[in-house]
Amino acid sequence: MDKNFAARRRRDLIIAAVLAALAALAPLFVKNVYIQNILVLTLMYAALSQSWNILSGYCGQISLGHALYFGIGAYTTELLFTKFGVLPWFGMLAGGGIAAVIAMGLGYPFFRLRGHYFVIATIVIAEIGLLLFQNWEWAGAALGITIPVRGDSWLKFQFMRSKLPYFYFALALCCLAWFVTWWLEDSKWGFWWRAVKDNPEAAESLGVVVFNSKMGAAAVSAFLVAIGGAFYAQFLAYIDPESVMGFQFSLLMALPAVLGGIGTLWGPVLGAAILIPMTELTRSYIGGSGRGVDLIVYGTLIVLISLALPQGLVSLFSRSKAKGATR
Amino acid sequence: MTALLETRGVWQRFGGLVANSDVSISVGRGEIVGLIGPNGAGKSTLFNLIAGVLPPTQGSIWFDGEDVTNLPAAERCQRGVGRTFQVVKSFETMTVIDNVIVGALVRNTVMREARRKAHEVLEFTGLAARANVLASDLVPAEKRRLEVARALATEPKLLLLDEVLTGLTPTEAQTGVALVRKVRDAGITVLMVEHVMEIVMPLVDRAIVLDLGKVLVEGKPAEVVRDPKVIKAYLGDRHAVGA
Repeated sequence: MDKNFAARRRRDLIIAAVLAALAALAPLFVKNVYIQNILVLTLMYAALSQSWNILSGYCGQISLGHALYFGIGAYTTELLFTKFGVLPWFGMLAGGGIAAVIAMGLGYPFFRLRGHYFVIATIVIAEIGLLLFQNWEWAGAALGITIPVRGDSWLKFQFMRSKLPYFYFALALCCLAWFVTWWLEDSKWGFWWRAVKDNPEAAESLGVVVFNSKMGAAAVSAFLVAIGGAFYAQFLAYIDPESVMGFQFSLLMALPAVLGGIGTLWGPVLGAAILIPMTELTRSYIGGSGRGVDLIVYGTLIVLISLALPQGLVSLFSRSKAKGATR
Repeated sequence: MTALLETRGVWQRFGGLVANSDVSISVGRGEIVGLIGPNGAGKSTLFNLIAGVLPPTQGSIWFDGEDVTNLPAAERCQRGVGRTFQVVKSFETMTVIDNVIVGALVRNTVMREARRKAHEVLEFTGLAARANVLASDLVPAEKRRLEVARALATEPKLLLLDEVLTGLTPTEAQTGVALVRKVRDAGITVLMVEHVMEIVMPLVDRAIVLDLGKVLVEGKPAEVVRDPKVIKAYLGDRHAVGA
Protein backbone atom coordinates (compact mmCIF):
# COMPACT_ATOMS: atom_id res chain seq x y z
CA MET A 1 0.00 0.00 0.00
CA ASP A 2 2.74 2.39 0.95
CA LYS A 3 4.59 1.43 -2.15
CA ASN A 4 1.59 2.29 -4.29
CA PHE A 5 1.23 5.59 -2.56
CA ALA A 6 4.86 6.49 -3.12
CA ALA A 7 4.54 5.35 -6.72
CA ARG A 8 1.56 7.61 -7.31
CA ARG A 9 3.39 10.58 -5.84
CA ARG A 10 6.37 9.88 -8.05
CA ARG A 11 4.16 9.45 -11.11
CA ASP A 12 2.51 12.83 -10.49
CA LEU A 13 5.93 14.41 -10.29
CA ILE A 14 7.10 12.76 -13.52
CA ILE A 15 3.93 13.75 -15.38
CA ALA A 16 4.39 17.33 -14.20
CA ALA A 17 8.03 17.38 -15.31
CA VAL A 18 7.11 16.04 -18.76
CA LEU A 19 4.27 18.54 -19.16
CA ALA A 20 6.51 21.41 -18.06
CA ALA A 21 9.19 20.32 -20.55
CA LEU A 22 6.64 20.12 -23.35
CA ALA A 23 5.26 23.52 -22.43
CA ALA A 24 8.78 24.96 -22.44
CA LEU A 25 9.16 23.79 -26.03
CA ALA A 26 5.88 25.34 -27.15
CA PRO A 27 7.39 28.69 -28.26
CA LEU A 28 9.44 26.79 -30.87
CA PHE A 29 6.22 26.00 -32.66
CA VAL A 30 4.02 28.92 -31.69
CA LYS A 31 5.28 32.07 -33.36
CA ASN A 32 1.96 33.88 -33.41
CA VAL A 33 2.10 36.62 -30.77
CA TYR A 34 -1.62 36.46 -30.13
CA ILE A 35 -1.44 32.74 -29.33
CA GLN A 36 1.66 33.33 -27.22
CA ASN A 37 -0.31 35.87 -25.27
CA ILE A 38 -3.03 33.30 -24.61
CA LEU A 39 -0.41 30.81 -23.45
CA VAL A 40 1.05 33.30 -20.99
CA LEU A 41 -2.39 34.05 -19.55
CA THR A 42 -3.27 30.37 -19.36
CA LEU A 43 -0.12 29.59 -17.39
CA MET A 44 -0.66 32.56 -15.16
CA TYR A 45 -4.24 31.63 -14.34
CA ALA A 46 -3.21 28.02 -13.81
CA ALA A 47 -0.69 29.25 -11.22
CA LEU A 48 -3.23 31.59 -9.60
CA SER A 49 -5.91 28.95 -9.48
CA GLN A 50 -3.48 26.45 -8.03
CA SER A 51 -2.68 28.95 -5.28
CA TRP A 52 -6.35 29.74 -4.68
CA ASN A 53 -6.96 26.00 -4.43
CA ILE A 54 -4.70 25.76 -1.37
CA LEU A 55 -7.02 27.87 0.77
CA SER A 56 -10.33 27.23 -0.92
CA GLY A 57 -9.89 23.72 -2.30
CA TYR A 58 -7.77 21.93 0.25
CA CYS A 59 -8.71 23.89 3.34
CA GLY A 60 -12.29 24.49 2.18
CA GLN A 61 -12.42 28.23 2.90
CA ILE A 62 -14.00 29.50 -0.30
CA SER A 63 -12.61 32.92 -1.11
CA LEU A 64 -14.05 35.14 -3.81
CA GLY A 65 -11.78 37.99 -2.82
CA HIS A 66 -8.38 36.81 -3.96
CA ALA A 67 -8.28 39.71 -6.43
CA LEU A 68 -7.21 41.72 -3.38
CA TYR A 69 -3.95 39.77 -3.03
CA PHE A 70 -3.41 39.85 -6.77
CA GLY A 71 -3.77 43.63 -6.72
CA ILE A 72 -1.55 43.99 -3.67
CA GLY A 73 1.20 42.07 -5.45
CA ALA A 74 0.84 44.30 -8.50
CA TYR A 75 0.70 47.58 -6.59
CA THR A 76 3.49 46.78 -4.15
CA THR A 77 5.82 45.92 -7.01
CA GLU A 78 5.00 48.98 -9.09
CA LEU A 79 4.90 51.46 -6.24
CA LEU A 80 8.27 50.27 -5.01
CA PHE A 81 9.63 50.40 -8.56
CA THR A 82 8.28 53.79 -9.63
CA LYS A 83 8.61 55.60 -6.30
CA PHE A 84 11.75 54.05 -4.84
CA GLY A 85 13.48 52.34 -7.74
CA VAL A 86 13.28 48.93 -6.10
CA LEU A 87 13.74 46.14 -8.64
CA PRO A 88 10.51 44.22 -9.45
CA TRP A 89 12.08 40.99 -8.16
CA PHE A 90 12.28 42.41 -4.66
CA GLY A 91 8.94 44.16 -5.07
CA MET A 92 7.42 40.84 -5.98
CA LEU A 93 8.64 39.20 -2.77
CA ALA A 94 7.61 42.23 -0.74
CA GLY A 95 4.16 42.09 -2.34
CA GLY A 96 3.91 38.40 -1.51
CA GLY A 97 4.90 39.06 2.08
CA ILE A 98 2.47 41.94 2.49
CA ALA A 99 -0.35 39.91 0.94
CA ALA A 100 0.37 37.01 3.29
CA VAL A 101 0.34 39.30 6.32
CA ILE A 102 -2.90 40.95 5.19
CA ALA A 103 -4.46 37.54 4.53
CA MET A 104 -3.67 36.52 8.10
CA GLY A 105 -4.84 39.85 9.48
CA LEU A 106 -8.15 39.41 7.68
CA GLY A 107 -8.30 35.75 8.64
CA TYR A 108 -8.12 36.64 12.29
CA PRO A 109 -11.70 37.94 12.42
CA PHE A 110 -13.12 36.23 9.34
CA PHE A 111 -12.05 32.63 9.93
CA ARG A 112 -14.60 32.62 12.71
CA LEU A 113 -17.26 32.88 10.03
CA ARG A 114 -18.52 29.75 8.36
CA GLY A 115 -19.72 28.85 4.89
CA HIS A 116 -21.56 31.54 2.97
CA TYR A 117 -20.77 34.22 5.51
CA PHE A 118 -17.06 33.74 4.94
CA VAL A 119 -17.52 33.94 1.16
CA ILE A 120 -19.51 37.16 1.46
CA ALA A 121 -16.86 38.67 3.74
CA THR A 122 -14.10 37.93 1.19
CA ILE A 123 -16.08 39.61 -1.61
CA VAL A 124 -16.77 42.67 0.50
CA ILE A 125 -13.17 43.05 1.66
CA ALA A 126 -11.85 42.83 -1.89
CA GLU A 127 -14.33 45.50 -2.99
CA ILE A 128 -13.20 47.75 -0.14
CA GLY A 129 -9.60 47.23 -1.24
CA LEU A 130 -10.55 48.18 -4.78
CA LEU A 131 -12.28 51.38 -3.59
CA LEU A 132 -9.31 52.33 -1.43
CA PHE A 133 -6.94 52.05 -4.36
CA GLN A 134 -9.32 53.98 -6.62
CA ASN A 135 -9.14 56.87 -4.19
CA TRP A 136 -5.52 56.69 -3.08
CA GLU A 137 -3.84 59.66 -4.77
CA TRP A 138 -0.28 58.65 -3.98
CA ALA A 139 -0.85 55.29 -5.67
CA GLY A 140 -2.25 56.95 -8.78
CA ALA A 141 -5.90 56.61 -7.74
CA ALA A 142 -8.21 55.59 -10.59
CA LEU A 143 -5.63 56.62 -13.22
CA GLY A 144 -3.21 53.97 -12.09
CA ILE A 145 0.50 53.71 -12.67
CA THR A 146 2.33 53.53 -15.96
CA ILE A 147 5.50 51.53 -15.62
CA PRO A 148 8.35 53.51 -17.18
CA VAL A 149 10.11 51.73 -20.04
CA ARG A 150 13.76 51.16 -19.22
CA GLY A 151 14.64 48.75 -22.01
CA ASP A 152 14.42 44.98 -22.13
CA SER A 153 16.18 43.34 -19.23
CA TRP A 154 15.79 40.44 -16.85
CA LEU A 155 17.09 42.65 -14.07
CA LYS A 156 14.13 45.00 -14.41
CA PHE A 157 11.89 42.17 -15.60
CA GLN A 158 10.69 44.21 -18.54
CA PHE A 159 10.42 43.07 -22.16
CA MET A 160 8.90 45.08 -24.96
CA ARG A 161 10.03 43.14 -27.99
CA SER A 162 9.09 39.61 -27.10
CA LYS A 163 6.56 37.77 -24.96
CA LEU A 164 8.84 34.81 -24.44
CA PRO A 165 10.49 35.90 -21.18
CA TYR A 166 7.02 36.42 -19.70
CA PHE A 167 6.02 33.04 -21.00
CA TYR A 168 8.90 31.36 -19.22
CA PHE A 169 8.28 33.23 -16.01
CA ALA A 170 4.60 32.28 -16.07
CA LEU A 171 5.61 28.68 -16.69
CA ALA A 172 8.03 28.77 -13.76
CA LEU A 173 5.37 30.29 -11.51
CA CYS A 174 2.91 27.63 -12.56
CA CYS A 175 5.46 24.91 -11.81
CA LEU A 176 6.20 26.51 -8.45
CA ALA A 177 2.52 26.68 -7.43
CA TRP A 178 2.02 23.09 -8.57
CA PHE A 179 5.10 21.87 -6.75
CA VAL A 180 4.17 23.67 -3.53
CA THR A 181 0.75 22.01 -3.70
CA TRP A 182 2.29 18.61 -4.45
CA TRP A 183 4.66 18.97 -1.56
CA LEU A 184 2.04 20.22 0.90
CA GLU A 185 -0.42 17.53 -0.11
CA ASP A 186 1.63 14.90 1.68
CA SER A 187 2.53 16.99 4.68
CA LYS A 188 1.00 17.63 8.06
CA TRP A 189 -0.49 20.85 6.69
CA GLY A 190 -2.10 19.12 3.75
CA PHE A 191 -3.77 16.57 6.00
CA TRP A 192 -4.82 19.22 8.48
CA TRP A 193 -6.40 21.31 5.72
CA ARG A 194 -8.43 18.47 4.30
CA ALA A 195 -9.54 17.48 7.80
CA VAL A 196 -10.61 21.06 8.51
CA LYS A 197 -12.56 21.17 5.26
CA ASP A 198 -14.37 17.89 5.88
CA ASN A 199 -15.17 18.29 9.56
CA PRO A 200 -13.63 20.97 11.76
CA GLU A 201 -15.03 19.55 14.98
CA ALA A 202 -13.58 16.09 14.37
CA ALA A 203 -10.31 17.68 13.27
CA GLU A 204 -10.10 19.61 16.53
CA SER A 205 -10.63 16.39 18.51
CA LEU A 206 -7.63 14.86 16.70
CA GLY A 207 -5.28 17.62 17.74
CA VAL A 208 -5.68 19.81 14.65
CA VAL A 209 -5.56 23.49 15.54
CA VAL A 210 -8.25 24.56 13.09
CA PHE A 211 -7.63 28.29 13.29
CA ASN A 212 -3.88 27.99 12.68
CA SER A 213 -4.46 25.63 9.74
CA LYS A 214 -6.68 28.19 8.07
CA MET A 215 -4.17 30.96 8.75
CA GLY A 216 -1.35 28.90 7.23
CA ALA A 217 -3.37 28.11 4.13
CA ALA A 218 -4.38 31.75 3.72
CA ALA A 219 -0.78 32.95 3.98
CA VAL A 220 0.64 30.51 1.42
CA SER A 221 -2.27 31.10 -0.93
CA ALA A 222 -2.08 34.90 -0.75
CA PHE A 223 1.70 34.92 -1.12
CA LEU A 224 1.63 32.97 -4.37
CA VAL A 225 -1.29 34.95 -5.78
CA ALA A 226 0.53 38.20 -5.08
CA ILE A 227 3.57 36.93 -6.98
CA GLY A 228 1.16 36.36 -9.87
CA GLY A 229 -0.11 39.93 -9.49
CA ALA A 230 3.41 41.33 -9.60
CA PHE A 231 4.07 39.36 -12.76
CA TYR A 232 0.84 40.57 -14.38
CA ALA A 233 1.69 44.20 -13.64
CA GLN A 234 5.07 43.83 -15.36
CA PHE A 235 3.40 42.01 -18.23
CA LEU A 236 0.83 44.79 -18.78
CA ALA A 237 3.35 47.59 -18.09
CA TYR A 238 0.41 49.61 -16.81
CA ILE A 239 -1.88 49.08 -13.86
CA ASP A 240 -4.99 50.68 -12.48
CA PRO A 241 -7.26 49.39 -9.70
CA GLU A 242 -9.83 47.80 -11.99
CA SER A 243 -7.27 46.04 -14.18
CA VAL A 244 -5.45 44.29 -11.32
CA MET A 245 -7.99 44.17 -8.50
CA GLY A 246 -11.34 43.81 -10.25
CA PHE A 247 -13.77 41.11 -9.17
CA GLN A 248 -13.21 39.18 -12.40
CA PHE A 249 -9.79 38.08 -11.12
CA SER A 250 -11.36 36.48 -8.08
CA LEU A 251 -13.67 34.57 -10.40
CA LEU A 252 -10.96 33.61 -12.86
CA MET A 253 -8.91 32.14 -10.01
CA ALA A 254 -11.83 30.12 -8.68
CA LEU A 255 -13.32 28.87 -11.93
CA PRO A 256 -10.43 26.78 -13.29
CA ALA A 257 -10.09 24.96 -9.96
CA VAL A 258 -13.82 24.39 -9.71
CA LEU A 259 -14.14 23.14 -13.27
CA GLY A 260 -10.98 21.08 -13.15
CA GLY A 261 -11.63 19.62 -9.72
CA ILE A 262 -11.59 21.63 -6.51
CA GLY A 263 -9.17 20.43 -3.86
CA THR A 264 -7.25 18.24 -6.29
CA LEU A 265 -3.65 18.47 -7.41
CA TRP A 266 -4.38 18.58 -11.14
CA GLY A 267 -7.74 20.33 -11.19
CA PRO A 268 -6.55 23.95 -11.49
CA VAL A 269 -4.05 23.26 -14.28
CA LEU A 270 -6.55 21.20 -16.23
CA GLY A 271 -9.31 23.75 -15.70
CA ALA A 272 -7.12 26.67 -16.73
CA ALA A 273 -5.86 24.84 -19.83
CA ILE A 274 -9.45 24.61 -21.06
CA LEU A 275 -11.10 27.66 -19.60
CA ILE A 276 -8.61 30.44 -20.35
CA PRO A 277 -8.09 29.71 -24.07
CA MET A 278 -11.86 29.32 -24.31
CA THR A 279 -12.38 32.75 -22.73
CA GLU A 280 -9.90 34.42 -25.03
CA LEU A 281 -10.97 32.64 -28.21
CA THR A 282 -14.69 33.17 -27.77
CA ARG A 283 -13.99 36.81 -27.08
CA SER A 284 -11.83 37.38 -30.11
CA TYR A 285 -13.92 35.36 -32.58
CA ILE A 286 -17.46 36.18 -31.56
CA GLY A 287 -17.04 38.99 -29.07
CA GLY A 288 -16.94 41.71 -31.71
CA SER A 289 -20.67 41.74 -32.26
CA GLY A 290 -21.10 43.77 -29.09
CA ARG A 291 -24.07 41.69 -28.10
CA GLY A 292 -22.27 39.52 -25.58
CA VAL A 293 -22.56 36.35 -27.65
CA ASP A 294 -19.09 35.31 -26.47
CA LEU A 295 -20.21 35.46 -22.85
CA ILE A 296 -23.31 33.42 -23.62
CA VAL A 297 -21.23 30.70 -25.31
CA TYR A 298 -18.66 30.82 -22.55
CA GLY A 299 -21.26 30.63 -19.80
CA THR A 300 -23.06 27.77 -21.50
CA LEU A 301 -19.86 25.73 -21.74
CA ILE A 302 -19.17 26.25 -18.04
CA VAL A 303 -22.69 25.16 -17.14
CA LEU A 304 -22.40 22.07 -19.34
CA ILE A 305 -19.10 21.00 -17.81
CA SER A 306 -20.40 21.49 -14.30
CA LEU A 307 -23.54 19.51 -15.04
CA ALA A 308 -21.72 16.63 -16.70
CA LEU A 309 -18.81 16.45 -14.28
CA PRO A 310 -19.71 17.92 -10.91
CA GLN A 311 -16.48 16.57 -9.43
CA GLY A 312 -14.48 18.45 -12.03
CA LEU A 313 -12.61 17.35 -15.11
CA VAL A 314 -10.07 15.34 -13.11
CA SER A 315 -12.83 12.86 -12.30
CA LEU A 316 -12.43 11.67 -15.91
CA PHE A 317 -9.06 10.28 -14.91
CA SER A 318 -9.90 9.18 -11.41
CA ARG A 319 -10.94 5.62 -12.26
CA SER A 320 -7.44 4.61 -13.23
CA LYS A 321 -6.05 6.66 -10.36
CA ALA A 322 -8.26 5.11 -7.70
CA LYS A 323 -6.25 1.90 -7.60
CA GLY A 324 -3.86 2.16 -4.72
CA ALA A 325 -4.40 5.87 -4.46
CA THR A 326 -4.74 7.35 -1.03
CA ARG A 327 -7.47 9.72 -1.92
CA MET B 1 -1.76 7.20 42.47
CA THR B 2 -4.04 10.00 41.37
CA ALA B 3 -6.92 9.35 39.03
CA LEU B 4 -6.29 9.85 35.32
CA LEU B 5 -9.40 11.94 34.91
CA GLU B 6 -11.33 13.89 37.47
CA THR B 7 -14.21 16.33 37.21
CA ARG B 8 -14.68 18.50 40.27
CA GLY B 9 -18.09 20.02 40.85
CA VAL B 10 -18.75 20.56 37.18
CA TRP B 11 -21.81 22.55 36.13
CA GLN B 12 -23.03 23.26 32.65
CA ARG B 13 -25.99 25.49 31.94
CA PHE B 14 -27.47 26.24 28.54
CA GLY B 15 -29.64 29.26 29.20
CA GLY B 16 -32.22 28.06 31.70
CA LEU B 17 -31.40 24.40 31.15
CA VAL B 18 -29.02 22.74 33.57
CA ALA B 19 -27.35 19.90 31.68
CA ASN B 20 -24.82 18.99 34.36
CA SER B 21 -25.10 19.97 37.99
CA ASP B 22 -22.25 19.47 40.40
CA VAL B 23 -20.84 16.41 38.65
CA SER B 24 -17.75 14.98 40.29
CA ILE B 25 -16.46 11.76 38.83
CA SER B 26 -13.08 10.16 38.57
CA VAL B 27 -11.61 7.56 36.26
CA GLY B 28 -8.56 5.57 37.36
CA ARG B 29 -5.75 4.42 35.11
CA GLY B 30 -6.47 1.22 33.21
CA GLU B 31 -10.18 1.18 34.01
CA ILE B 32 -13.10 0.75 31.67
CA VAL B 33 -15.78 3.02 33.05
CA GLY B 34 -19.32 3.14 31.71
CA LEU B 35 -21.26 6.39 31.79
CA ILE B 36 -24.91 5.52 31.53
CA GLY B 37 -28.25 7.12 32.06
CA PRO B 38 -31.57 7.75 30.34
CA ASN B 39 -31.94 10.19 27.45
CA GLY B 40 -31.26 13.77 28.42
CA ALA B 41 -29.31 12.77 31.53
CA GLY B 42 -26.39 14.98 30.49
CA LYS B 43 -23.98 12.24 29.37
CA SER B 44 -23.06 13.83 26.07
CA THR B 45 -22.65 17.25 27.66
CA LEU B 46 -20.28 15.84 30.26
CA PHE B 47 -18.41 14.10 27.46
CA ASN B 48 -18.01 17.32 25.54
CA LEU B 49 -16.78 19.08 28.67
CA ILE B 50 -14.16 16.39 29.21
CA ALA B 51 -13.11 16.48 25.55
CA GLY B 52 -12.85 20.27 25.64
CA VAL B 53 -15.52 21.14 23.08
CA LEU B 54 -16.79 23.77 25.51
CA PRO B 55 -15.66 25.00 28.93
CA PRO B 56 -17.91 24.20 31.91
CA THR B 57 -19.98 26.99 33.41
CA GLN B 58 -18.46 26.16 36.77
CA GLY B 59 -16.09 23.59 38.23
CA SER B 60 -12.84 22.14 36.97
CA ILE B 61 -11.56 19.20 34.98
CA TRP B 62 -8.28 17.51 35.82
CA PHE B 63 -6.41 15.20 33.49
CA ASP B 64 -3.24 13.36 34.38
CA GLY B 65 -2.69 15.56 37.42
CA GLU B 66 -3.18 18.86 35.61
CA ASP B 67 -6.03 21.34 35.42
CA VAL B 68 -7.21 21.24 31.80
CA THR B 69 -10.48 23.14 32.34
CA ASN B 70 -9.57 25.96 29.99
CA LEU B 71 -7.66 24.02 27.35
CA PRO B 72 -9.24 23.72 23.89
CA ALA B 73 -10.02 20.31 22.40
CA ALA B 74 -6.90 20.14 20.22
CA GLU B 75 -4.67 20.80 23.20
CA ARG B 76 -6.40 18.08 25.23
CA CYS B 77 -5.86 15.66 22.40
CA GLN B 78 -2.16 16.46 22.53
CA ARG B 79 -2.20 15.75 26.27
CA GLY B 80 -3.74 12.34 25.64
CA VAL B 81 -7.52 12.58 25.45
CA GLY B 82 -8.95 10.75 22.42
CA ARG B 83 -12.62 10.70 21.53
CA THR B 84 -15.26 9.44 19.14
CA PHE B 85 -18.51 11.14 18.24
CA GLN B 86 -22.01 9.88 18.80
CA VAL B 87 -23.00 11.11 15.36
CA VAL B 88 -20.12 9.81 13.25
CA LYS B 89 -17.88 12.57 11.93
CA SER B 90 -15.61 10.94 9.35
CA PHE B 91 -13.58 12.99 6.89
CA GLU B 92 -15.81 11.89 4.05
CA THR B 93 -13.71 12.97 1.09
CA MET B 94 -10.62 11.26 2.47
CA THR B 95 -9.69 7.60 2.42
CA VAL B 96 -9.74 5.47 5.55
CA ILE B 97 -5.96 5.55 5.89
CA ASP B 98 -5.87 9.33 5.38
CA ASN B 99 -8.52 9.76 8.09
CA VAL B 100 -6.30 7.85 10.50
CA ILE B 101 -3.14 9.68 9.43
CA VAL B 102 -4.72 12.96 10.62
CA GLY B 103 -4.85 11.44 14.09
CA ALA B 104 -1.38 9.92 13.85
CA LEU B 105 0.14 13.33 13.03
CA VAL B 106 -0.34 14.44 16.62
CA ARG B 107 2.64 12.37 17.75
CA ASN B 108 4.46 11.75 14.47
CA THR B 109 5.67 14.78 12.60
CA VAL B 110 7.43 12.79 9.89
CA MET B 111 4.88 11.69 7.28
CA ARG B 112 6.37 8.24 6.81
CA GLU B 113 6.08 7.49 10.51
CA ALA B 114 2.54 8.85 10.71
CA ARG B 115 1.59 6.61 7.80
CA ARG B 116 3.17 3.58 9.43
CA LYS B 117 1.40 4.31 12.69
CA ALA B 118 -1.89 4.65 10.81
CA HIS B 119 -1.41 1.24 9.18
CA GLU B 120 -0.65 -0.28 12.56
CA VAL B 121 -3.87 1.14 13.99
CA LEU B 122 -5.87 -0.11 11.00
CA GLU B 123 -4.49 -3.61 11.61
CA PHE B 124 -5.36 -3.31 15.28
CA THR B 125 -8.93 -2.24 14.58
CA GLY B 126 -9.49 -4.69 11.73
CA LEU B 127 -9.88 -2.04 9.05
CA ALA B 128 -6.66 -2.77 7.16
CA ALA B 129 -8.48 -4.25 4.17
CA ARG B 130 -10.45 -1.01 3.77
CA ALA B 131 -7.43 1.33 3.97
CA ASN B 132 -7.82 2.83 0.52
CA VAL B 133 -11.59 3.13 0.46
CA LEU B 134 -13.18 6.56 0.81
CA ALA B 135 -14.65 7.07 4.27
CA SER B 136 -17.98 7.93 2.65
CA ASP B 137 -18.12 4.41 1.18
CA LEU B 138 -17.91 2.62 4.53
CA VAL B 139 -20.93 0.91 6.09
CA PRO B 140 -22.10 2.38 9.44
CA ALA B 141 -20.36 -0.23 11.61
CA GLU B 142 -17.08 0.41 9.80
CA LYS B 143 -17.50 4.15 10.24
CA ARG B 144 -17.84 3.62 13.98
CA ARG B 145 -14.68 1.56 13.92
CA LEU B 146 -12.91 4.27 11.92
CA GLU B 147 -13.81 6.79 14.64
CA VAL B 148 -12.11 4.53 17.17
CA ALA B 149 -9.11 3.97 14.89
CA ARG B 150 -8.64 7.68 14.32
CA ALA B 151 -8.76 8.39 18.04
CA LEU B 152 -6.35 5.52 18.79
CA ALA B 153 -3.89 6.91 16.27
CA THR B 154 -3.47 9.95 18.53
CA GLU B 155 -2.05 7.52 21.12
CA PRO B 156 -4.39 8.60 23.90
CA LYS B 157 -4.07 7.80 27.57
CA LEU B 158 -7.84 8.14 27.89
CA LEU B 159 -10.26 7.12 25.17
CA LEU B 160 -13.75 8.59 25.28
CA LEU B 161 -16.23 6.41 23.41
CA ASP B 162 -19.57 8.05 22.70
CA GLU B 163 -22.16 5.34 21.97
CA VAL B 164 -19.88 3.35 19.68
CA LEU B 165 -21.92 0.19 20.25
CA THR B 166 -25.36 1.73 19.76
CA GLY B 167 -27.27 0.83 16.62
CA LEU B 168 -25.07 -2.10 15.69
CA THR B 169 -26.24 -5.63 14.97
CA PRO B 170 -25.51 -8.14 17.79
CA THR B 171 -22.55 -9.56 15.87
CA GLU B 172 -21.12 -6.12 15.14
CA ALA B 173 -21.62 -5.17 18.78
CA GLN B 174 -19.70 -8.25 19.91
CA THR B 175 -16.80 -7.29 17.62
CA GLY B 176 -17.00 -3.81 19.13
CA VAL B 177 -16.86 -5.18 22.68
CA ALA B 178 -13.82 -7.27 21.76
CA LEU B 179 -12.16 -4.17 20.36
CA VAL B 180 -12.78 -2.15 23.53
CA ARG B 181 -11.22 -4.96 25.60
CA LYS B 182 -8.25 -5.00 23.27
CA VAL B 183 -7.86 -1.25 23.69
CA ARG B 184 -7.81 -1.58 27.45
CA ASP B 185 -5.32 -4.45 27.25
CA ALA B 186 -3.10 -2.09 25.27
CA GLY B 187 -2.99 0.06 28.41
CA ILE B 188 -5.53 2.71 27.47
CA THR B 189 -8.14 3.87 29.94
CA VAL B 190 -11.67 3.89 28.54
CA LEU B 191 -14.66 6.02 29.46
CA MET B 192 -17.70 5.03 27.46
CA VAL B 193 -21.17 6.46 27.15
CA GLU B 194 -23.66 3.79 26.30
CA HIS B 195 -27.38 3.32 26.09
CA VAL B 196 -27.60 -0.43 25.77
CA MET B 197 -27.15 -1.74 29.30
CA GLU B 198 -26.86 -5.44 28.50
CA ILE B 199 -23.85 -4.82 26.25
CA VAL B 200 -22.04 -2.37 28.51
CA MET B 201 -22.50 -3.99 31.86
CA PRO B 202 -20.39 -7.10 31.28
CA LEU B 203 -17.70 -4.94 29.71
CA VAL B 204 -17.10 -2.19 32.24
CA ASP B 205 -15.26 -2.33 35.56
CA ARG B 206 -17.36 0.43 37.02
CA ALA B 207 -20.53 2.22 36.02
CA ILE B 208 -21.55 5.79 36.70
CA VAL B 209 -25.24 6.55 36.29
CA LEU B 210 -26.28 10.10 35.44
CA ASP B 211 -29.83 11.29 35.78
CA LEU B 212 -31.17 14.81 35.30
CA GLY B 213 -27.63 16.11 35.12
CA LYS B 214 -26.51 14.63 38.43
CA VAL B 215 -24.55 11.55 39.43
CA LEU B 216 -27.22 9.16 40.63
CA VAL B 217 -25.28 6.02 41.50
CA GLU B 218 -21.73 4.82 41.02
CA GLY B 219 -20.36 1.32 41.49
CA LYS B 220 -19.84 -2.21 40.22
CA PRO B 221 -22.08 -2.93 37.24
CA ALA B 222 -23.88 -5.78 38.98
CA GLU B 223 -24.80 -3.55 41.93
CA VAL B 224 -25.74 -0.60 39.81
CA VAL B 225 -28.30 -2.47 37.71
CA ARG B 226 -30.06 -3.69 40.86
CA ASP B 227 -30.14 -0.29 42.52
CA PRO B 228 -33.75 0.87 42.91
CA LYS B 229 -32.80 4.46 42.08
CA VAL B 230 -31.40 3.37 38.72
CA ILE B 231 -34.43 1.26 37.91
CA LYS B 232 -36.63 4.17 38.82
CA ALA B 233 -34.70 6.54 36.59
CA TYR B 234 -34.96 4.21 33.64
CA LEU B 235 -38.38 2.67 34.09
CA GLY B 236 -40.32 4.85 36.51
CA ASP B 237 -41.60 4.49 40.07
CA ARG B 238 -43.79 1.44 39.63
CA HIS B 239 -40.86 -0.81 38.74
CA ALA B 240 -38.68 0.53 41.52
CA VAL B 241 -41.15 -0.60 44.14
CA GLY B 242 -41.04 -4.13 42.79
CA ALA B 243 -37.24 -4.24 43.03
